[in-house]
Amino acid sequence: MDYQFDFSFLSDHWPALLSGLFSTLRMAVFTIVLGFIVGTVLAVARTQGSPWMRRAVTAYVDVVRNTPLVIQAFWLFFGLAAIQLKVPALMAAVIALTINVSAYTTEIMRAGIESIPRGQLEAAECLGMSRSKMLRLVILPQAAERMYPALISQFVLMMLATSIMSQISVEELTSAGYIIQSETFRGFEIYLVVAALYLVLSWLLRLGMAGVAMLAFERRRKLKTPL
Amino acid sequence: MSGISIDQIGFIFKGAGWTLVLSALGFIGGAVIGLPLALARSRGARWLRGVTGAYVQLIQGVPLPVIMFLAYFGISIAGFDLPSLVAAGLAMTAYSSAYLGEIWKGCIQAVSKTQWEAAECLALTPWQRAVYVILPQAARIAVAPTVGFLVQIVKNSSYAVVIGFFDLTYSARVVNNSTFAPFTVFSLAAVLYFAICYPLSMLSYRLEKKLARR
Amino acid sequence: MSNNEIVRFDNVRKSYGDTQILKGVSFTVKPGQVVALIGRSGSGKTTALRCINGLETIQGGELHVCGRAMHTGKVDLLGLRQEVGIVFQSYNLFPHLTVLQNVTLAQRKVKGVPAAEAETIALQMLTKVGLHERANYYPEQLSGGMQQRAAIARSLAMQPQLMLFDEVTSALDPELTGEVLRVIEGLAKDGMTMVLVTHEMAFARQVASQILFMNQGVVWEQGDGSMLQNPRTPELQQFVSSGL
Repeated sequence: MDYQFDFSFLSDHWPALLSGLFSTLRMAVFTIVLGFIVGTVLAVARTQGSPWMRRAVTAYVDVVRNTPLVIQAFWLFFGLAAIQLKVPALMAAVIALTINVSAYTTEIMRAGIESIPRGQLEAAECLGMSRSKMLRLVILPQAAERMYPALISQFVLMMLATSIMSQISVEELTSAGYIIQSETFRGFEIYLVVAALYLVLSWLLRLGMAGVAMLAFERRRKLKTPL
Repeated sequence: MSGISIDQIGFIFKGAGWTLVLSALGFIGGAVIGLPLALARSRGARWLRGVTGAYVQLIQGVPLPVIMFLAYFGISIAGFDLPSLVAAGLAMTAYSSAYLGEIWKGCIQAVSKTQWEAAECLALTPWQRAVYVILPQAARIAVAPTVGFLVQIVKNSSYAVVIGFFDLTYSARVVNNSTFAPFTVFSLAAVLYFAICYPLSMLSYRLEKKLARR
Repeated sequence: MSNNEIVRFDNVRKSYGDTQILKGVSFTVKPGQVVALIGRSGSGKTTALRCINGLETIQGGELHVCGRAMHTGKVDLLGLRQEVGIVFQSYNLFPHLTVLQNVTLAQRKVKGVPAAEAETIALQMLTKVGLHERANYYPEQLSGGMQQRAAIARSLAMQPQLMLFDEVTSALDPELTGEVLRVIEGLAKDGMTMVLVTHEMAFARQVASQILFMNQGVVWEQGDGSMLQNPRTPELQQFVSSGL
């Protein structure tokens, strides 16, 4: 192999890469917030709702988890364009990502909800709490804390999956790499840098989520329990 | 224009066939590397566990589309001119090996320590202990999660679209470009993926329940 | 039902599926009374207790609690449970909240008591059970006896008319049961109306004004503490001598 590695493209193109990195991060954060809310609502519907509601959520989860994100994104993006709905690519991407991550979040939060010992539910009931108060004050806070590591893993995976949104014209890190590649023809080196940046993003995201855990879960903050 | 022709449907089915080929390649390649990886991660020397751990972290921390690009450009700078199937296959192999390695490592570690000790006390060599006592038990535990991961392989093979590999996703995209019937086309693609993945998911779920009951 | 009864069981029957657990239970609890339910497991004592605050429903007979007809199935359970407190064998404290937060939660969110007042009441109750200094501890930092006392304070903070205790010392190590029993004794002296399911015979004799021995789903024998020394029926005789 007679190849000379050349990373000089960095000096001119690092702003584009940085911009792509922040764009990816932004997409991920929006999706995490939306996906968590939707996923939790569906998990509640799945555990506390009427039988038809449970079946509907199960069907939703099964369909989303057994089809690729790429197809979901294409279906949404090209579909919306075909019915003349002018939705910005970023929005289509966040919607597709949210739908995808919410299906996984639902199963995670469902496991969390079902793991709360029955005794606590009885105690809450006997203190006069209604179902909705019980959910809000006793069940969901504990479910979120218990399943937090699983949630972090899922959200990091989703952040990595944003990479495919370059295929529906979203400007993020992978598309930035693609553009630079088409100008400098240094594909391998460029994508090595892009890969390294994604590793940095994974690390940043985990750090951020650990910080959120410290803020949200008072008990861990006070007792200094690690996740 | 909202209909697609029989030819185009056939085209999409052809793509589905290649998705299955790529998935099989990815699984076999991943298994061949994943098994030694799992052994190294669970029973190896400290330095070995460190190196293999870094490999796993690296692969799991990079998006598969980027790995696809790296395989694609890597092959060309190595001086080869090969069909995109090779690049896609390499990428899927690397991806699967990292995940299968971790899954199987977990299964090996799940076999209780007392089994190792019993085998040792029967004067079996480390090799014999692994092959005759531990791996058979680990294999039983591994069936359910491995089948579950097969589903991920099939779904994630769709990322090969970024290097122009002619799989189900790529063929659907091509047909969409000429018919502008995205809902029809991508729904068909979704149904095909679902038809492959859902039975596997259900199988994995049932296997897991069977295992839990024993 | 006379105004002077907080609880009245009238030939109450209850089944789980095909198994009948309560086969005609009748007794009353007047204000200020401490009633102990004793008996073997399966005698129906815990089920009878759980019927009082609506955790179990009945299929026959009449049950009146705090002026509500439980047998009609149209009972305002949320309202009832603010007047009837219960303490469980496994304490069931909320692990993600401090002791103080456990005790103020229902006051604030169910009764709508303002935070400052809730805290004052909470601290009063915690002092009563001897946990004033551990108000800001989490359940995981406390022993079983302390957790149980915190659970008692949590129910007391709702200022109920009636307190139910479901074998609250059975899950505790022997050296920890004393602190819990002392708290219950204190409540009895203060005049709280209570129904206890318990295995602690000596304690029942000491604190209860009425002891009900349950057997085969009915009240087999009832009386005050002296009945344990002079049982009238062979079943109670056997129960007492087996030391259960």
